[in-house]
Amino acid sequence: MDFQVVVLAGGNSKNLTPLVSKELPKPLLPVANCPVLNYVLHQLEQSNLKDLIVVVEGEDAALLVGAWISGTFIDRLHVEIAAVPEDIGTAGALRAISHHLTAKDILVVSGDLVSDVPPGALAATHRRHDAAVTTMLCSIPVSGPLESGSSGGKDKAKKLGRYNIIGLDPSKQFLLHIATEIEKDARISKRILHAVGQMEMRSDLMDAHMYAFKRSVLQEVLDVKDTFQSLKEDVLPYLVRSQLKSEALLNRTPQGEENSNEKVSSQNNQAFISRILANASTPSFHGIYSENPDGSSSTRKTHKCCVYIASSSSYCVRLNSIQAFMDINRDVTGDADHLLSPNNIIGPSPKLGTKTTVGPNCRLGEGSEMGDKCQVKRSIIGRHCRIGSHVKVVNSVVMNHVTIGDGCIIQGSVICSNVQLQERVELKDCQVGAGFVVTAGSEYKAESLAKKEK
Amino acid sequence: MDARRMSRAVPRVRQVGFFTPNTPAQQPQPQSAAPSSESPPLSDSPASNSLSPVMIPPPRHLSDNLGGRTAAVPVPGRENSGELPTVGSYNPSESVLWLDSPPRSRIGDVELSEGAESSLGWYRRSDSAKFASSLPSGGFNLSTAKHPESVAAVEAKNPLPEQSEAQKEQASSSKPLKAKTTKAERRALQESQRAAKAASRAQANKSGTPGGASSSKPMKQPPQKKDGPPVASSIAASERIGVDWSVEKERKKDLPPPRKQFDDESRGGRAKRRSVLNQPEARNRVELFRHLPPHKNGTQLPYLGSKFFELHEKHPAVYKVGLQYLAGDLSGGNARCIAMLQAFQEAIRDYSTPPEKTLTRDLTSKIGGFVSFLIECRPLSMSMGNAIRFLKSRIARLPLTLSESEAKTTLCSDIDRFINEKIVLADKVILRHAATKIRDGDVLLTYGSSCVVEMILLYAHELGKQFRVVVVDSHPMLEGQKLLRRLLVKGLSCTYTQLNAISYVMHKVTRVFLGASSIFSNGTVYSTVGTASVAMVAHAFRVPVLVCCEAYKFHERVQLDSICFNELGDPDAISKVPGRVDVNYLDNLTDKQKENLELLNLKYDATPSDYISVIVTDYGMIPPTSVPVIVRGYRKEYLLI
Repeated sequence: MDFQVVVLAGGNSKNLTPLVSKELPKPLLPVANCPVLNYVLHQLEQSNLKDLIVVVEGEDAALLVGAWISGTFIDRLHVEIAAVPEDIGTAGALRAISHHLTAKDILVVSGDLVSDVPPGALAATHRRHDAAVTTMLCSIPVSGPLESGSSGGKDKAKKLGRYNIIGLDPSKQFLLHIATEIEKDARISKRILHAVGQMEMRSDLMDAHMYAFKRSVLQEVLDVKDTFQSLKEDVLPYLVRSQLKSEALLNRTPQGEENSNEKVSSQNNQAFISRILANASTPSFHGIYSENPDGSSSTRKTHKCCVYIASSSSYCVRLNSIQAFMDINRDVTGDADHLLSPNNIIGPSPKLGTKTTVGPNCRLGEGSEMGDKCQVKRSIIGRHCRIGSHVKVVNSVVMNHVTIGDGCIIQGSVICSNVQLQERVELKDCQVGAGFVVTAGSEYKAESLAKKEK
Repeated sequence: MDARRMSRAVPRVRQVGFFTPNTPAQQPQPQSAAPSSESPPLSDSPASNSLSPVMIPPPRHLSDNLGGRTAAVPVPGRENSGELPTVGSYNPSESVLWLDSPPRSRIGDVELSEGAESSLGWYRRSDSAKFASSLPSGGFNLSTAKHPESVAAVEAKNPLPEQSEAQKEQASSSKPLKAKTTKAERRALQESQRAAKAASRAQANKSGTPGGASSSKPMKQPPQKKDGPPVASSIAASERIGVDWSVEKERKKDLPPPRKQFDDESRGGRAKRRSVLNQPEARNRVELFRHLPPHKNGTQLPYLGSKFFELHEKHPAVYKVGLQYLAGDLSGGNARCIAMLQAFQEAIRDYSTPPEKTLTRDLTSKIGGFVSFLIECRPLSMSMGNAIRFLKSRIARLPLTLSESEAKTTLCSDIDRFINEKIVLADKVILRHAATKIRDGDVLLTYGSSCVVEMILLYAHELGKQFRVVVVDSHPMLEGQKLLRRLLVKGLSCTYTQLNAISYVMHKVTRVFLGASSIFSNGTVYSTVGTASVAMVAHAFRVPVLVCCEAYKFHERVQLDSICFNELGDPDAISKVPGRVDVNYLDNLTDKQKENLELLNLKYDATPSDYISVIVTDYGMIPPTSVPVIVRGYRKEYLLI
C-alpha cells in the first residue's frame, strides 16, 4: 500500500525512572509479562505490515531491543533497528533516519502505544483525504485504579495538567488546532477560523501518537526546520498552523510531477480534468479558501491535516507514566485482555502453597513459587519469583526474579526485577527499582525506591 | 416446490406502489378472464410470459422522420399502445395521471422477474424486445389478453374458499372499496388467503404436478427453487418483533421469493462471500426496491479502513478511489469515471505480470477484481461500465508480440485517449453546440449539479451572452448549492429554488438544461432523481428541455422505469435535515413504530423521451430517437480506437 512504518520505540524515559534502567529500556518494559513493544508490533503484524523500522534511542538499548525482536519475531517480521542518539526527540529521530524513507506515506507509531485501533483505519483516512498529516485521536483513558480509595492523590494531580486542547472542524475530519499543554492563552489563527467558520474545541481527546505523514512534507519540514525536536510539540502544531498558508515547499514535489507533461495541450486537458474532479468532490474548507475571489484556482497553497478519531469502545493508551503503566497492566489483564498476543500465554502453572488464593485478573509467570496463605488480587507476577507465606499482593506489578519475604503486604506498587523484599515489608503505592533490597520490617508509602547509581 | 411455483404464477407477489405492509396483497384480476376456467393451451403461457407487454419499445413522436427507430418500432405497436395503456408506453398525459395504476405494476413485476432470472437479463430483454416488436399486431393483443387468462387459470385450479374469491372479485371490480375495508376485514381476508394457499399447496403436493401452465415454468427459474425462504424477507420478517406481527411474518413467509437481482440467494451469497465490506442488514427497506443493493453508508468506512493493509491486492490508487466513492467524497458520472480510469492507469503502471501468466489474462482478471471492489463501494454508473468495457476490450486486443512495458504504455495511453476524447473533447464540443442555443435574455433552468451544464453556462457567459440561471435543487444532497456557488463566483445572475417550487419558476424559464447519468437506446434519460419531474413540468409548460450528455454515457439498454435498475441512497439521509436540530420529528420514534416506517432514498430516475426536446451530445444535437444510432456507431468506433 506504499506505506512505510516507523516505530519510535524510545529508550530511557525519565517519566518511568525507577522502572526502566540501562538493562531494561522502555520498549522492553514488561506489561503483563510481555514487553510493551510487543503490543505495537503485534498490532502491526496483524495489519499485515511486516516491514518496519524500529528506532531506539541509545546504542545499548538498540542492541537489547534488537536481540529481543529477532528472538521473538524471527521469520515473521522484517525489522530494521536504527539506533539514534539519546535526547534528540522524536523529530530528531525521524530526521536521522530520513534517508531510509522512500514510500509515499510514512506511518509513525510510538512504541509505547497499547491499542487495538487498527492502523489501517488511520492510513485509509489519510489516503482518502490526500492529507499531509493525519493523526489519531482517542478519548482520554480512565486513569487510576478502579477503587478510588487505594489510589494516591499524587498521580491524579500529575495527570490533570497533561491533556491536549484540540480544535476540530464541524465534520470532525480536520485538525485545526492542537496544543499539548494547557497554557494561559491559546493562539488560533484567524485565517483558519475565518475559513472554517466554526471550530470545535475538545479537551477530552488525546493524541495517540500515531501519525501518517506524507513523506515529501515530512522530509521538507524536517530539513527546513532543523530546530524541531518533537513531532507532537513542534512538527504537528507547525503543520496545523500553516495548513492554509503552506509554504511553497510543501507542494513543490507534487507540482514537479504534474509539470513533467511538457505539452501545453495535455496540460490544458489536465487542468480540465482536475477541474471536473474538483467540482465533483465535496470541497473542504481548504479548497474553498484556496479559491480566489474570481474563482480561478489560485496560488494559495494549502495542505490538509486530518484526524482519525478512534471509537470510544476501542482501547488506546500510551505508556508514558507510572500511572499509565499501572493502568495498562490492570486493563490488559482485565477489560482489554484481547490485546494479549498469543505468545503471551501463561506458562506452566506456578507452584502455590496451601490456602493461597489467586484472584481474577491476575497473571502469574512461569516458575514462580508462592508460600502458604498468600493472597494475590488484580496483580501481575513475573517469572521465577519466590514469594513467602502470608504475603498479600494487591493491585501491583511484580516483575521477574523477585524475592518476597514472609508477611509482606504490597499494594498498588511496582516491583522491578531482582528486587529482594525481606520479611514484613509493607509497601503502598511505591515503585521499587531493579535490584533494590528492602530491609525487613520497613514501611513505605508512595515512594520511589531505587538503587543509587554508583 | 410445485406449490411455490404456483403461487408465484399468481401476480399477487409483488406489491407495487407504497402499500403498507398490512394491506392485503391484492392484485386486481381482469374480470373478463376469470370465468374462463378451462385452462388455456399449454403453449400459450410460456409465450405470454416471455412476451410480456413491457418488451415493446414505446412509440416515439408521431414525426418519425428521423428514421432512427423505423426498424425497431413497427407501426402496429403504436396502435396497440393507444388502446392498451398496459403496454407501458409513456404517453405524456397518461403518465402524468397514473400514479400506481395496476397494469403498470404488472409490468414492473414481469420485468423484474426477467431481470432476476438470468444474469444476462438485459440481453435477453433486448432480444425479446426485438422479437416482440417484429410480431404483427395480433400478437400483442393475444399476449396481453392471454397473460391474465393463464394466471386466472392457475388460480381456478386452486380450490380457493368462497370468501376470498368473493373478496377478490370485490376488490378488483371496485377499487375504491378496497380502501374502506376495515382492519378486521383485511385480517380475515389474509387468514383466508393463507388457508387457501396452504390448501393449494397441500393439494399440489398430493396430486403432483397438475400440468398446464405451471409445468412449463420450473425450467425457467431453477435457481430460485433451491433457495428456501428468501433472504431479505426472512430477515425483515425476523426483525419484526411482537405477537401482532406474527400474521405479517406468516404472510411474508408465504410469499414466494421476490424476484430479486441482489437478493437472489445464489447471487447474493456469492457477493457476500467475495465482499470486502459487511453487507448492511436489509432492514425496513421498501419492498419494491429490495432487489437493489442496499446503500453502504459511512459506517462502513472505518471497517474498510481497518482492513487497509490487508487488502494489498487492491492497488492503493484503486483503494483510494473506492474509499472516496464510499464516503461520498466523489460524485458525478464524469468525475467518478475519470477517477476510476486514472486509478486503473496507476495500477497498470505498477503492474507486473506474475510468472507463468500472460498479461492479457491476468490483467483482465485483476481489473475485474478492482471493479468488483469499486462496485462494493458504490454501484457503478453506466459511464463507468462503458469505460471498463472499453479498457477490457483494449486489454483483450493487445497483440501478443508486445513486451510487457510496451503493453502497459499502450494501455495507459489508451486510457488517456479515452479520457481526452470521450470526456474532455466531448465536453468541449457539447459546449459549442449548446451555447448556440442560448440567446440573450434567456432564462435557463438547471437541476442539481451537472458538470457539463455548468461548463455550458460558464462558456456562454464568457461569450458575453446575457442570461439568467435558475438553479433548482433538492434534498438531501443539495448539490445545486455547490453549482450555485461556482456560478456566482463567476458573476452569473442566478435564482435558487427547491424542486417543490418548480411549477412556479417554470413560467419564466425559456430553456431547461439537464445533465444525465446515462441515456438508454429508447431515449430514456437516466439521471439524478428529480430530473424527470423537472422535465415533465417543463414539457407541460412547453419549455424546451435540452439534455447534455457525452456519447460515452449512452447505453444500449432499454429501460422504461426507474425501478428495475436504480441505486439506493442512505435512507437516513432523507429523514434528517442537516443543520436543523428543531426538525426532529422522526428522531424519537420507538423501535416498534420504526418498524412501520420504510425510508426510500432513490438516487436516479428515468425521464421518458417524450419530455426531451433534444439531446446535446458530442455528435451534435440529436432527438432522443436517434440514440440507438449513436450507440451502434459508437460501439463500432470504440472498438477501433
